[in-house]
Amino acid sequence: MNEHIVKAYEDELNTLTAECARMGGLTEAAVADALEAVVRRDQQMADSVVARDERLDALQADIERKAIRMIALRQPLANDLRRTVAAMKIANNLERVGDLGKNIAKRTIVIIDSDPMVPLTRSIERMGRLVVTRLKEVLDAYTASDLERAMSVWSRDDEVDEHYNSLFRELLTYMMGDPRTITACAHLLFVAKNLERIGDHATNIAEIIHYEITGDEAIATARPKTDALQRP
Amino acid sequence: MTPMSNPRSSFKMTAQRDDALASAGTSRAAVGKVSATDVSVFYGDKQALFDVSLDMPDRMVTALIGPSGCGKSTFLRCINRMNDTIPGARVDGKIILDGEDINDRKVDPVLLRARVGMVFQKPNPFPKSIFENVAYGPRIHGFADNKTELADIVESSLKRAGLWKEVADRLQAPGTSLSGGQQQRLVIARAIAVSPEVILMDEPCSALDPIATAKIEELIDDLRSQYCIVIVTHSMAQAARVSQRTAFFHMGAVVEAGATDEIFTNPRDTRTQDYITGRFG
Repeated sequence: MNEHIVKAYEDELNTLTAECARMGGLTEAAVADALEAVVRRDQQMADSVVARDERLDALQADIERKAIRMIALRQPLANDLRRTVAAMKIANNLERVGDLGKNIAKRTIVIIDSDPMVPLTRSIERMGRLVVTRLKEVLDAYTASDLERAMSVWSRDDEVDEHYNSLFRELLTYMMGDPRTITACAHLLFVAKNLERIGDHATNIAEIIHYEITGDEAIATARPKTDALQRP
Repeated sequence: MTPMSNPRSSFKMTAQRDDALASAGTSRAAVGKVSATDVSVFYGDKQALFDVSLDMPDRMVTALIGPSGCGKSTFLRCINRMNDTIPGARVDGKIILDGEDINDRKVDPVLLRARVGMVFQKPNPFPKSIFENVAYGPRIHGFADNKTELADIVESSLKRAGLWKEVADRLQAPGTSLSGGQQQRLVIARAIAVSPEVILMDEPCSALDPIATAKIEELIDDLRSQYCIVIVTHSMAQAARVSQRTAFFHMGAVVEAGATDEIFTNPRDTRTQDYITGRFG
């Protein structure tokens, strides 16, 4: 790709992408730490995740402001336009992921008060690891403009859903078996749901990368989707 | 970068044309109102245009974009045979207007230019009154039988050009007394007055301020329902705003042509992409 004739334009576009990638790194770390906090029952870690969310919100606002400024002042077209819009949309998705991570962290305090439920915690950890990996892969694909990598995340969308469905069943079993676990299990159910949503955001980001690189937005309707609401 | 190194890639505007026609709300058959096939233009020994093939559908605006000297104006001038007036110029290939070859010996270029009107970059009103500027064409072509009919044509043309309200009370004032934007609309009214089928515009807004430009663009959008419009513009934003079809010219050839929204969001050719995104070096 040739460089822009206007150097400042080139710089602004690169800054936008770099900032988006940086936000991605911070978001990914927040989700990983939130998971760690729940799994290791680490309140300090949970508090740190909650505190860091403000930074993500600020970054999202900044990326959006920069993208809008770019559209107003540079009138980007073709791949530049797609790059600008993609940065804005990805930042939005990441901001939501950050909120979901914060929400997971906030539930730690309740979960710490409950008796340890080792198998459940292991299941949450496995699902969480998978989600964090997906998020990491899709963000790497974004930084490297790697369509193939983004699509490999996209096509494995149902793995997370399967984890979620089986965790849902597992949690029901616990709650039915011992009603005293209901409070903690309900929170873990939300943790699982939040992880599932983070997985969906990773898939969204893969679709945005696909649009940015190919200009084809049709993929969003082609996603293979398992029914998350199937009966246990 | 010599014309000889030209890859001579040329695409017909056939892909998605049916979609475009359907979205423009017309049921006309999928044929260009004006259809160019393998058009080459030579100025003496120098070849300026290489096998350009392009369909320009009726009731649509086709924008021709490309860097200076890429041949878009040369191509535009072929459509009403303006290159005839240049000594040493030769045009090869076919340009069909409504099934008729415009370069056929039987075609009178003067009559052709009534059917294919042209608007230039700089407004060029005749040094006559506003009324006479518009009345001139219909009069010499014998379109009006009497003064009332002529006055009707002048009024309706000025109305369609969106200028009537501004000049109705001073039709005898010189055309040159109007502002630049008004003069450009006067020239458009003059083109419309001889009931053309095709209107060619060569950078019609490049000498106008944003408000006058917006008025012309609004007018172009309005005229689209009745004419086949072909516009040359250096403003990417303008091409994106006013046209339904866009053709990108480079080094005398059409590199890419298609639906405007496709060209500006997802061009197929890297040269198109480089040009519209400001990377041409």
